[in-house]
Amino acid sequence: MVKMILIAIVAPLLAFAIGLSFMMIKRKFVARIQRRYGPTIIQPIFDIMKLLLKEDNISHGIIFSLGPIIAIAGSILSVFFIPIAGLNMLTGSGDLIALLYIMAIGSLGMALGAGDSANPNASIGISRALTLMFGYDLPLVIIVISVALQYHTTDLSAIVAAQANGHWALWSLPLSAIVGFVVTYGALGEHPFDIITAPHEVATGPMVEYGGKHLGFLMINHAFHLYVEIALFVDLFLGGASNIFIFYIKMFAVFFIMMMFDEVLPRFKIDDAVRFFWKWPTVVALISLIIVLVK
Amino acid sequence: MEKMTEEQVKSIANMLRKRSLWMIHYCTGCGAMELPPTMTSRYDMERFGLAPYVTSRQADILLITGYLNVKTLRRVITVYEQMLDPKYVIGFGSCTLNGGVYWDSYAVIKQLDRYIPADLYIAGCMPRPEAVISAFRHLMELIDSGKADGYKRYKRNLAYYKENQRKVLG
Repeated sequence: MVKMILIAIVAPLLAFAIGLSFMMIKRKFVARIQRRYGPTIIQPIFDIMKLLLKEDNISHGIIFSLGPIIAIAGSILSVFFIPIAGLNMLTGSGDLIALLYIMAIGSLGMALGAGDSANPNASIGISRALTLMFGYDLPLVIIVISVALQYHTTDLSAIVAAQANGHWALWSLPLSAIVGFVVTYGALGEHPFDIITAPHEVATGPMVEYGGKHLGFLMINHAFHLYVEIALFVDLFLGGASNIFIFYIKMFAVFFIMMMFDEVLPRFKIDDAVRFFWKWPTVVALISLIIVLVK
Repeated sequence: MEKMTEEQVKSIANMLRKRSLWMIHYCTGCGAMELPPTMTSRYDMERFGLAPYVTSRQADILLITGYLNVKTLRRVITVYEQMLDPKYVIGFGSCTLNGGVYWDSYAVIKQLDRYIPADLYIAGCMPRPEAVISAFRHLMELIDSGKADGYKRYKRNLAYYKENQRKVLG
């Protein structure tokens, strides 16, 4: 019991630290790609602290203020469902399917909050966010089904255990792994898929009316979101890890490849993004599913 | 451990604030051209934690470049009042100081400080990116010592500012 409470406190802090470290590294890395010196490495901490210390905090209603909190709550709950290196909180039977539902709570919290702000830019942004989610969820569900069929279980910790000693799903299901990478990339909203926040089109989309501590909470949520999406990919295809350092190295390798793509690509339109997700990743995921069924 | 006084809390808050300043730039006048080199690889203002942002709710600095005519003043006041405290205003170029080359124009306001409280001016026509960066560094010093209190002045002297605004806007 004491151990469970301890894990319940440590796991979100660890997730936040890992997500924040990725945010720090990304700011510097992007600056170097653009041939700039870049900010100090701890700049995201200054940004979050400044936002939380703002004297004014404007609110457009109760749901507007609750939106970021719902988003953070959804992210922390999904942290508990992802096994990392001995910190298995809520990994019961069937947790992979529950996780797919819980991961949508963050976007829905944002949608509620942004809808309450009654700003047209926020409405456009959130309709784009939900449409994009509609796009990448179809291939995501197909690859989750093929991984579950491959290992005959939907228990995420059992999937991780089955991939021990280097029998990664990356080698046995390479097509699914590629689709999983593209889907994770889309879910993070990195460059060709940054339609949601596109500052030049919809002025940061759902966040347009958020400022002060609400925006600070949304930045904290972004750290959790980075962690959840990449950790799920590592657990599904790179075999999790036995200790936290190897887990961090695997997550960082995935994130590093993503950063390479991020700053060199332009932006999709929303209809092009959905068409892309429903064409190539879906077709490849279906081929991978057929291979698993035939085998 | 003794309890921290209010001044100590404020000085720590100011220390954090000056390291992360987000800017919204109002560029209907001239001088917007000086900002891209300031932001990008030539001068890179992100070194100091400064970043351009797009909405008034998220920004800390309102940078007004060049002249302001009466029509755009109304929008500047709206943007300024939408920003969240603490907020800072920088007037960029001679036109915000005394009208510059538009000193006798009927459609341009001469002195920004009569309508919204400016914390800092950058004189010159046009100021170079070096001058912009040095102004930001100076603003950081003002924030650190608690002297950048334009938003407090606006609240305290609201009647004065509103009357000046009414005179030009009608």
